[in-house]
Amino acid sequence: MRRESRIIATIAVIAVILSGAAFYLYLSQVEGKETLTISTTTSLYDTGLLDLIKDTYEQRNPNVILAFISAGTGIAITHAKNGDADMILVHSPSQELAFMQEGYGVNRKIFAYNYFAIVGASADVVGINQTDPIEALQAIYTYGHAHNTSLWVSRDDLSGTNSKEIALWTAAGYNYTELKDEFWFISSGLGMGSTLNIADEQSLYTLSDIGTYLKYKADGLITLEQLVAEGQDLLNVYSGIAVNSITVTSIKFALAMDFIKWLVNDTAQALIAAYGVADYGQGLFLPAVNIIKDQAPAQIFEWIRDYSFFDEGGQLYECPPAWRSGDFGLYI
Amino acid sequence: MTVESDLLQITLQSLFISGSAALFASVIGLPVGLVLGLKRFRGRHAIIGVFNSLLGIPTVALGLLLYLVFSNAGPLGFLHMLYTPIGIIVGQTILVLPIMISVTTETLLGVDESIRNLALTMGADEQAAAFSVVRESVGGLLLAISASFSRAIAELGVALMIGGNIRGITRVLTTSIALETTRGEIALGLGLTVILIVLILIVNAGLNILKRRVQWWLWE
Repeated sequence: MRRESRIIATIAVIAVILSGAAFYLYLSQVEGKETLTISTTTSLYDTGLLDLIKDTYEQRNPNVILAFISAGTGIAITHAKNGDADMILVHSPSQELAFMQEGYGVNRKIFAYNYFAIVGASADVVGINQTDPIEALQAIYTYGHAHNTSLWVSRDDLSGTNSKEIALWTAAGYNYTELKDEFWFISSGLGMGSTLNIADEQSLYTLSDIGTYLKYKADGLITLEQLVAEGQDLLNVYSGIAVNSITVTSIKFALAMDFIKWLVNDTAQALIAAYGVADYGQGLFLPAVNIIKDQAPAQIFEWIRDYSFFDEGGQLYECPPAWRSGDFGLYI
Repeated sequence: MTVESDLLQITLQSLFISGSAALFASVIGLPVGLVLGLKRFRGRHAIIGVFNSLLGIPTVALGLLLYLVFSNAGPLGFLHMLYTPIGIIVGQTILVLPIMISVTTETLLGVDESIRNLALTMGADEQAAAFSVVRESVGGLLLAISASFSRAIAELGVALMIGGNIRGITRVLTTSIALETTRGEIALGLGLTVILIVLILIVNAGLNILKRRVQWWLWE
């Protein structure tokens, strides 16, 4: 009997001490700090840009912890709707529009852009190099049909990149859902990096965001080439949207707005412009705030406006007045 | 933060989270396993069967279910456990509890009936006889603990879906390996993998030493 009690007592004491220590450890980490939860698209996070932004912002605001959840645009929006994220950083205007129309998002601010690229093996069997994206997809479709070989890999995960791909296939005159049944059309269901790896291993074409592609290329992980790059059809626009505190009451609206205000100021924009230049020879992301403010350079501004602005009463806005909440000096 | 301090922090966080999960699973699971293994009552084998089949629950499935429960829109949203280490601990505890219970129960059932009978014939009461069965099973009970810890620290689904892989807060070894791999930092991912495997080896070696100590201590 005494032995049993001794064992039980020892286990209990160890358990209490360890769980107490564990709880203390956790409290000391987050004590006195507010956590801003931001659900974000993988291309921003996996390239490392957001790590830099986190460090810089937290240095300036020592009482705030930026908690980035790296997910696709689709799941990021779901997190926000459930009140599990205070704001989102995404790149899919059509999904953003639906999100805001449903009353979940306010104060949208475009903060960066770059281009998608159609990449493929340097042999380029179809011969799409230097064509425009629509022609390239049509050529891939025709070639795929004529030859019994897999040719294109799609992420098929409702990410921002995937929704761009769907839009491009639609513009080229094909139905994406039907394409998925074609034998030359592979659905990876994976993130950008893994999809690039598949394309590289099997010499397939795919659509990639330029950030992930350049990083993989510079690190020697893939030998794929950019075959169709830049141009209006391949524009990729990143925006930050705060969750509407009226629809989802549990979120930290003031904190989210402070971060958005910081993200579009000159310091953060310079940070974005410089990111990756040293490592990859070109910036992974281009700052967008001043282009929209000055409406210059005119061509880029018009591309951004036509692709990612929303209509209200016949006029285009990056965030229509009806979906603005509070005055944070974000819009002219 | 430098890479080294990040690495240390992630490793400690993994140990802390999965260690706590194994601990809580032991505190709950050992008594349940003892009851199931030693007491005879109606429905006992049905309960044992349930825990045995829960052994194989996929971590992503559990992660998804718990996300729905812990989400602010879910029934336990008010606890604010999503994206916290506490949330992962709860998830991993649930994940490894069936291992704890099943291994404990099976070990006790596996001890030869004659040991118990021998104790009884030598004049021991029911409780002392049960204790002699437990004493024979120490190795299996420690195996239950080490299997629970190993499964907890090696799983990805719960840590990713409940923790969210937030740097400095819920980033653990497995989620870092997944992240660094998608980032194309294969070497770093491999380094983290080595750390993870070494940790599991160390903990199991430690428990093995402990097993001998405990057996010696119980026999006096």
